[in-house]
Amino acid sequence: MAHSASYGDLFYLAPMAYGIGRGLSKFLELPKRLPRAHQLLNYVWVPAVPMVLIAGALGLKGDKLGDYYWVFVWLAIIATLAAVRDYRPARTLLLAVIPSALYKLLEVVQSASGLLMGRFDIAKDVSVSFVGIWLITFLFIARSQKKQLEKEQLLREEEARAKRAIEAQNAELERLVSERTVALTNQAEELRTALNELKTTQAQLIQSEKMASLGELTAGIAHEIQNPLNFVNNFADVSAELVTELEEEREKPARDVELEADLLADLKQNLLKISQHGGRAASIVRGMLEHSRTSTGERQPTDLNALADEYLRLAYHGLRAKDKSFNATLLPDFDPALPPVAVIGQDLGRVLLNLLTNAFYAVRQRQLRNEPGYAPTVSISTRKLGDEAELRVKDNGTGIPESAKAKIFQPFFTTKPTGEGTGLGLSLSYDIITQGHGGTLVVESEEGQGTEFIIRLPV
Amino acid sequence: MQILVVDDEVDVRDLFQQRFRREIRSGELSFNFAFSGEEALAFLRSRPSEVLIILSDINMPGMSGLDLLSHVKKEFAMPPTTMMMITAYGDNDSYQKAMALGANDFLTKPVDFAVLKDKLQHLLA
Repeated sequence: MAHSASYGDLFYLAPMAYGIGRGLSKFLELPKRLPRAHQLLNYVWVPAVPMVLIAGALGLKGDKLGDYYWVFVWLAIIATLAAVRDYRPARTLLLAVIPSALYKLLEVVQSASGLLMGRFDIAKDVSVSFVGIWLITFLFIARSQKKQLEKEQLLREEEARAKRAIEAQNAELERLVSERTVALTNQAEELRTALNELKTTQAQLIQSEKMASLGELTAGIAHEIQNPLNFVNNFADVSAELVTELEEEREKPARDVELEADLLADLKQNLLKISQHGGRAASIVRGMLEHSRTSTGERQPTDLNALADEYLRLAYHGLRAKDKSFNATLLPDFDPALPPVAVIGQDLGRVLLNLLTNAFYAVRQRQLRNEPGYAPTVSISTRKLGDEAELRVKDNGTGIPESAKAKIFQPFFTTKPTGEGTGLGLSLSYDIITQGHGGTLVVESEEGQGTEFIIRLPV
Repeated sequence: MQILVVDDEVDVRDLFQQRFRREIRSGELSFNFAFSGEEALAFLRSRPSEVLIILSDINMPGMSGLDLLSHVKKEFAMPPTTMMMITAYGDNDSYQKAMALGANDFLTKPVDFAVLKDKLQHLLA
């Protein structure tokens, strides 16, 4: 290409330039990097046409036309490379082609000025090899740089894809989380509802446990009320008789003043007894009502001895009413020095009733074993113990097996046959003493010997 | 005629003494009172053959009326003591047991004193 003798060179130089332009365009990815340069390069062959036409028309026989055109091609290439110098392979290519272009330029200028030197020819051969090697080397470098860049590009795209995938996953996760959150919120709502229902049920259970124990009490209460009522009726009747007798005595001419005084004294005493027994019946009814009412939770100073005595009778007669053949020795032992203790009377009453009912049940069970010489005994005692009041409910019944001891205060634990116990009695009692009164409830028991429950309440 | 009334209710004494005041005044009937089965047995042992009639409640803490009845029937066979049982629970079971143990009569609370008086008059006659 360097030794174009006439404009005929242009016929192959122009397509070659076009080819190089296309190659360059492709290598540099000009259509997307710099479309304008790509278009211009496509027309790199165009200047050759007027040159051929003019040369043909003027009949110029110059061997310089090809060289000039070629210089133009070199300049076009350098300009293009300069335009896309931001692209690293383009800079490398620029570095690759500059010596070749310079060499061509030098050659053209030299031949135009007609300088010819032998020394230069030698240098020229060396230069051609050098320029050629330079060009090829940097072409390879540019090519590998391009490949490197493409690889990096691929990697970046890969990363971007991965990033997009992660983002998509994140979005999916967000969606799942919000879905799960909604589900959890719903679940929490459901649980809250269930909890409320459970609380309601618990309150109902406690109430029905009370009612069950009230049922056990009914017969005892009936008996306890019947007794004072009988006295009220009897003393009222007999008082009417006394009044009649008194009237008869006053009608007599010889009045027995001493007898009249006796009758009057009896009358007075009877009225007192009517009032006493009426009060006894009323207090039992009051106690029953208190027992069935929902706890107000108010602590009142209470005579624990009276409370214990009342519930001892109620529990005993309650069992008696159900089981006529049952009989037990009751041993109340109340400390008269016990001061009033602030308690929720009906709650503590329920505890005592529960413990006593259990005690009677235990001695009854043992009695049914027909041990010779066995005397069922239930005792209840109160004692002032420092700044504590102690209540003990003791029986000589069947006792509690070791295996059951740990469970007796658990809700729904019962050793009674199905339908006879709710399994809530001791658990409720435990709550009433520990939580309701800040006291303690402990059990001491020996299987086959008996059981003792010990309540301690702060005074 | 000596009558022993056994009941854990202390006021029974006043009631009986007033209900039978005429009979007591006239010396027709004489009452003694015990407030438990054990007390009744002790009383009987201390004064054998004086008491002819025992009126006993069945439902008492400790020794019940039925226990007392069987003791009396074993220990005090002669002279034959009349045992009248009284109970607040007029159940057939107690009645059967009392009769099987040899009770002479069975009353239900509240005691109808007119009926009781009749029965006692009948025994006196």
